[in-house]
Parts: sequence; C-alpha cells; structure tokens
Amino acid sequence: MSLDKEKIKHVAKLARISVDEAKVDSLTKDLNSIFKFIEQLNELNTDKVEPLTSILNQSLRSRKDEISDGKIREKILKNSPKKNEEFFVVPKVVE
Amino acid sequence: MSNITNQSLSEILESIKLKKISSLELTQAYIKNIENAKKLNSFVTTTFDQALENAKKFDNKPNNEQLLSGIPLAVKDLFCTENVKTTAGSNILNNFIPSYESTVTKNLWNNGAFLLGKLNCDEFAMGSSNETSFFGNVINPIGDQLVPGGSSGGSSSALAADLTPATIGTDTGGSIRQPASFTGTVGLKPTYGLCSRWGIVAFASSLDQAGPMTKTVNDCSIMLEAMSGFDEKDSTSINKKKEIYSKNLKDNIKGLKIGIPKEYRVDNMPKEIDELWEKGKKILKDLGAQLIDISLPHTKYALPTYYIVAPAEASSNLARYDGVRYGYRSEKGKDLIEMYENTRSEGFGDEVKRRILIGTYVLSSGYYDAYYLKAQKVRQLIKKDFDDSFTKVDAILTPSTPSSAFKIGEKTNDPVSMYLNDIFTVPVNLAGLPALSLPAGLDKKGYPLGLQLIGKALDEQKILNIGYAFEKNCGYKNEIKKWWS
Repeated sequence: MSLDKEKIKHVAKLARISVDEAKVDSLTKDLNSIFKFIEQLNELNTDKVEPLTSILNQSLRSRKDEISDGKIREKILKNSPKKNEEFFVVPKVVE
Repeated sequence: MSNITNQSLSEILESIKLKKISSLELTQAYIKNIENAKKLNSFVTTTFDQALENAKKFDNKPNNEQLLSGIPLAVKDLFCTENVKTTAGSNILNNFIPSYESTVTKNLWNNGAFLLGKLNCDEFAMGSSNETSFFGNVINPIGDQLVPGGSSGGSSSALAADLTPATIGTDTGGSIRQPASFTGTVGLKPTYGLCSRWGIVAFASSLDQAGPMTKTVNDCSIMLEAMSGFDEKDSTSINKKKEIYSKNLKDNIKGLKIGIPKEYRVDNMPKEIDELWEKGKKILKDLGAQLIDISLPHTKYALPTYYIVAPAEASSNLARYDGVRYGYRSEKGKDLIEMYENTRSEGFGDEVKRRILIGTYVLSSGYYDAYYLKAQKVRQLIKKDFDDSFTKVDAILTPSTPSSAFKIGEKTNDPVSMYLNDIFTVPVNLAGLPALSLPAGLDKKGYPLGLQLIGKALDEQKILNIGYAFEKNCGYKNEIKKWWS
C-alpha cells in the first residue's frame, strides 16, 4: 500500500502536529520508503503466533493505595509556560 | 598528575583512595578538558560550580567505601536531574527544569559520584548519529566530521575525548552499543528491567533501558553495579538481589559455549567486519571457549518490527508534550487545538515528527492489526529464536554494527539507510536481553569497530566476564590525538 498526501495530513491531524505544506511531499516520500521497509513482515505467516505484550515473565505489581506525596503544587506549576496563580492557562476553550 | 583524565575509572578511583589526587583536582582537570573541547559539542549543559562544590565537600570528608567515591560524571541529557535543565536534545524541553532526580542518576550520586554536566543526544533518543539533536551535531573525537553514533552520541564522544571518566546512556535499539562501537569504548545494554526507567525521558517504554558507557570492562561492571537495582517507582523494574558485578569479575571462560549466528553475516557487509568477527572468535576459542554455530532465523525481521513497535510507543509517550504543563509553547494559533498543533510542530524536529506520524498511523483504527499486532507477533518469534539458542549456548558473539563511523550528513537524506545501522543491535532490545559492545579493532581508515556479546536475561555477569577476558587478550587501545584543543 502507499500513503498519499491526504492520508498523511489526516494522521498529522490525529497526532496534533501541523504540517508545513511545503514539506508534505518529502514527508510522503520518506514515510512511503519506511513503510515499504516495514511491510517485509508480510512475508511471515503469524496466524498461530501469540502477540508478545510484555518481555518480562512477571505480571505488573500493584501497590498499596496510599498517598506518598502531595503539597507539591508549586513544583508542578514551576515549568508551566503560562500560569495564573494555581492554574495552568490555555487558550479560551468555552465562549 | 597531568594525565589523570586519560586513565580508566578504576585507576582514577584508586588514585583518589590513595590520595594521589583530590576530587577537586580531578574535577578541575575534567573541567579544563571540557572547556578545550567545545568543538566536539558533546555537552548541552555544564554544572561546573555544583561539581566543584561537591568535590570540595568530598575532599573535606572523604568516604572511600563507596563504588564511585569522589568521581565527577557527565550523563546523557535524557536523565532528569533535579534543578538542572533536562532537554532530551529537543527544543520542546529546552526550558525544562525537573524538580526530581531520575532513580538511575540518584543511585550514582548515592554511590559517591556527582554531576559534571548533561550530554548531547539525538532528539528523544531517536537517531543513530546524533544529527537529530536540537543542539547540533556532536563530533566523534576519532576524526573531524565523523559522527559519534547515536543516540548516546554526546556520551560516547565525551567519554572517548576524556571529558568524563565514565558515563551513562540509554539504549532503545542500539543507542549505547552503536556509539560505543563508533568511538572505541565499552557499552552495555542491561536486561530490560535491571535499571529503573523512572525519571528518564521516555521514548519506547517496552524497549528503553539505561546502561553504562566506559573505557574498560571493569569500569563497566562498577558503573552497572552502582546504577542498577529494584525501584518501586518503575512498574517493570525487576525485584531481585543486587549483584556485585565488580567483585565477581573474572577472566576464566574455559568451557563456555559461544553461539555464532549465521544470520548476522549480511549482504554488502564490509570485509573488515567479517575479519573482526573471525578475530573475536579466535580470541575466545584460544581462551578455552567452545564456538557453536547457531541460527536466529527471524533476525532480518527485527528492524521492520522495531520500526512499528518503537514509533507506536513513542507516539503515545510523546502525546504529553502539549505546551500546557511544561516545555515549549507556540504563541501562534487561534484556539487550543491550533496551539497544540503549532507547539508540537515547532517544538519537535523532523525525525521525531516522522516517528510520531508512523506510530499514530500504525495504531490508528483499521490499521492496528496489520501493523502493530503483526509486529507484536513477530517480536514473539524473535524472542523465541533467542530462547531456543540459549538452551545450547552461554552467550552469542556478533559484530556490533555493520560499518564504522560515517561522515556527518552522509545518511541524513535516507531514513532507512540510517535505520540499518542498528541491524545487529535491535534484536536484543526486542527480546529484552543484555548485550555488551567491546572495542575490538580498527578498519582500514583507522576507525574503531566493535563486537557484541549477547547474554541470557539477567546474565550480565557472564557477558562481563567474557568481555573482561576478551579485552585482556585483544590488545585494543584507543589512541586518540587531541586535535580539537
């Protein structure tokens, strides 16, 4: 299969990345060559193979439902590009 | 001691212990080297004042009982360091100052080391040449205009240029072993789960693993011992007794069975890589190891599998960069969605965007089974190849890379040719196994080449021992002229 420009713009929309119109052609070319490479996998019959979902022979641990930190609002807000007192500020969402 | 910085970590530790040199003198010597090596561009951030302060503190009250007593260390800029900028080589994190310390770096500091600076790397560790970093190319000290490998290219460059006595990197598809091979240094990717991923900027969570990069195998065992260990904060951390790799290091490998996989002889592989492999086999055989031909039949499918699994995980991990809670935010856009789109478009570089798009596509509705599920099944086959082989052998010997270091710009126009650099390293990540890259010789241009030892899960001690014996009998030594200072 091959990816056309419209498909790539759609995927970019899903990924929330704006794509420069001037770069769409080279991006299409690169992605198609990568997908051609990836599609070698179709040579293999994997009908009877279980997918590998974890490399570890252990199930995920669960921890006690206990609070281990807190009162770190300032630390959390410290790196915010835009804030107002104790809030993150984003462009207006509701009119 | 004018030449302290070209010694190995273990030699330096001995000098500190015997008070032949103070931690302050040592730190000053590295700072001088770093200041003279700006051309290499291996550092993103330096923390000299903090390092000098820590060195003085050590000298006033030396504790020589620790693994890394009084040692300044620079680390890859993918490890979050408390109150020190952590960029992951990206514009989107150019202003990010973590309020916490990664577990792995905290382990190093708890063992007596302290931070010297943060090392350049490919953006979000996506690259094999350090050319995707927002902070520019890193130069390989082996030769001007040569790439240092990637993604831990700042780490390999700084180590080989004597700008840090040892360092740490991360390896998702070869990002420790390939740069180690390109710079004539030692690099270890540990078993998945041995070193905590907590506080490391995430790329592909089922593959990412931190590990040491050092000048010798002994140094590698010391660093691994210091950085590894169970961590409650990483849900995939393995809970087991801590190993004493450095004390248990021994060079007797008599009777060990070494597998030689036929699939690692690829088309168009330079003759010198083949010759190097032969040389490696001979050294191990002369040391009493037994060579056994094995087959890892799905090897050629490892890279295509990787280029589904890794971008899929990356696209979901990197969804967090939204310009709201931390990192770069674009001023452009009329609403929230446009702000996200512009932030991510301006904040990420081309390779990162490419991989996010691949990942988003392979996970999107209607394509999931054809790509992601397929890749997970092939990953199972690749793991099974290794499981089968390890019923017959103790370790596997392969080349680390299909070529030596290449020139800056040589492969940037063709992503697939860049990806092929990791052809020998990627299978190990997919199977979660440990692997050690060892400097083993030079090609005809005089550039270093490495050999890789792959072990069973959690069998780091064995591959370190084989590496230790190999190193003693290989006679490789990095001879780097300091042309940059």
